[in-house]
Amino acid sequence: MTVVEAPAERRWRWPIEIRLEPRLSQPAWLGFGVSLGAVALALVLGGVVLKLVGGDPVRAYLYMIRASFGNLGVISDTITKATPLILVGLACALAFRMRLWNIGAEGQFFAGAFGASAVVLTPLLAPETPSIWMIPAMILAGFVAGALWGFLPGFLKARYNVNEIISTLMMNYIAVAWNNFFIFAVWTEGGFQMSRVFPKTAWLPRLADYAKEIREFRGLTAHLGLVIGLLAAVIVWWVLFRSKWGYEIRLIGDNPKAARYAGVNIVRNTVLVMMLSGGLAGLAGMSEISGVVHRLQGAISPGYGFTGIIIAWLAKLNPLAVIPVSVLFGALILAGREIQPSGVPKMIQGIVLVCLIASELMIRNRIRFIFRPVRS
Amino acid sequence: MDPIIILQAGVATGTVLLFATVGEILAERSGVLNLGVEGMMLIGAMSAINIAVRTGNPWLGLLVAMVASGLLSQIHAVIAIQFRADQVVSGLALNFAAVGLSLVFGEGLSKAGAVALLPTYTLPVLYQIPVIGPIFFTKQSVMVYIGYLLIPLVWVYIHRTRPGMHLRAIGEFPGAADALGINVARLRHLYVFLGGMLAGVAGATISLAVAPGWFSELTTSGQGWIAIGLVIFAQWDPLRAAFGSYAFGALRRLILDIQGPTVLLGLRNPFYYNPYWGFFLQMIPYAFTIAVLVLGSREAVRKRLGAPAALGLPYARGERGL
Repeated sequence: MTVVEAPAERRWRWPIEIRLEPRLSQPAWLGFGVSLGAVALALVLGGVVLKLVGGDPVRAYLYMIRASFGNLGVISDTITKATPLILVGLACALAFRMRLWNIGAEGQFFAGAFGASAVVLTPLLAPETPSIWMIPAMILAGFVAGALWGFLPGFLKARYNVNEIISTLMMNYIAVAWNNFFIFAVWTEGGFQMSRVFPKTAWLPRLADYAKEIREFRGLTAHLGLVIGLLAAVIVWWVLFRSKWGYEIRLIGDNPKAARYAGVNIVRNTVLVMMLSGGLAGLAGMSEISGVVHRLQGAISPGYGFTGIIIAWLAKLNPLAVIPVSVLFGALILAGREIQPSGVPKMIQGIVLVCLIASELMIRNRIRFIFRPVRS
Repeated sequence: MDPIIILQAGVATGTVLLFATVGEILAERSGVLNLGVEGMMLIGAMSAINIAVRTGNPWLGLLVAMVASGLLSQIHAVIAIQFRADQVVSGLALNFAAVGLSLVFGEGLSKAGAVALLPTYTLPVLYQIPVIGPIFFTKQSVMVYIGYLLIPLVWVYIHRTRPGMHLRAIGEFPGAADALGINVARLRHLYVFLGGMLAGVAGATISLAVAPGWFSELTTSGQGWIAIGLVIFAQWDPLRAAFGSYAFGALRRLILDIQGPTVLLGLRNPFYYNPYWGFFLQMIPYAFTIAVLVLGSREAVRKRLGAPAALGLPYARGERGL
């Protein structure tokens, strides 16, 4: 009997080889399934961190589900939180489609809130003005203020090739300081850091306002801003996927060189998309001010503009998918307010985006595990 | 409002930006755009003061800040280099996650009370040089002096050494570097790690030296983003980065100090009598960053300078592209 000798060089190697093979086509369910897995993984990782700082992740998550979807009242609160998120999510999705990195939705949100408040507080319209004029004027002012806040980075990008990531971000800090000046110095009420409460004519109608007619609406906070958000989602979807302009925007995003050869005006589109994106974020500010806060004050956003970036990415830049994703993040922000430590919702949002961008590897590639003997 | 004192404090404030900017220059020179600087600085600031409070040793805090931010940067490195994902989104993701983590782990730190800070020194002989001495060499934190050493070191490394040439090669033309046997992925991991470490140092410099304490997101208040802007202004050159950082530091100090005196240049100080104008002063560093970017990009066009050619592009051997 002969024994076959192993070769002299015996090198240890991993028993499993991981090989990436680019997918030629992606099944329709894949993106959805992988994203769901990424969110689940992010929640697990967030739970691990929560455990590390001495919390009880299971109880915290169960509490969050109950506090955001437990009864009709909190579901309405969740939808109220989701309303501005839909609009900033759309703002980001639109700009990102053109690979225009508008990180400034937060600042444009503040600008929109300022614009809408200016109508009431300057006052541009007398407080007795009926809602039917007051509300559209505020919507217009919020949209225009947000669009102007987006115009500058867009113009600088188009004209001088200034990096829009940095410029939009810097505009965020400027917007906050601008609003603070007006809250502290101009529109302050009795030295407090907030303006006076808007007259009722400047409030977006809430479900609770119709409690007399329909008893079930009593105490429900959802307001007309939701309708603005839903309409905006349909319009942005139509513009992006059914109009010639939307085709241009997507073409620039996918292949700027081809767009240029095709004669698409990149300079004009950069400015316009940035303004429309800013306007949408401005609408979110208007809706929050007029539908929830009813006055201008400092703490009007728990980072809505940044959440919008994550929402847009999770929705795969699809305006209609932004709606359900916004509801999920609205729930996270609503229920997270009472979770200690206070940074938890922000942390989970960040981890979701990390897992999401990492998971794209599995959408683009088939991952093969190849088993082999330890020694060659 | 003694200009010498403002400049002296400005150099200290600018040192924070210096570390962050030089770190990002190293990462971007290797071809990886890391937008997570702000978050990594916050992690650095939080872990530095956290450890300093627990152990009473600020040096240990500095070390942990470096390691924590460096390890965190590898999340972005793996996603950007190995997974070849979009570097802008990956960097933003790292930033959000890092900000959130620093808030969670920093809970309660703002009430920690007094903490041992990194020491300050006055350099013998050098402090006697008129004007320069009091600004640069008198009662400065040890981090400021480390900053002085870092500038020429990194410049010489990038421009005059063989590893520095490899660094430039993997950022400009990774395909060619790969053909010469340089391990592109490994080096990119290394430089992203160095960049993360320096962002951690920048954070620790805030919380343990320049503006001691933990004020959650206000600790950095956007300085990480300003640093990324400065990299573009500096055209990826550490000397220009140093100039920009110290100028920004002095500007930030001036804005803080200008509201103090009742008389300014022989006139009634409007910023003292109208304290709310301070909000417009607060905008200046951010507006200035945008202005600097405009100037920087116009100059870049004129001199035909630009970013490392492969910046933001993943490298895969055998695929078309750089």
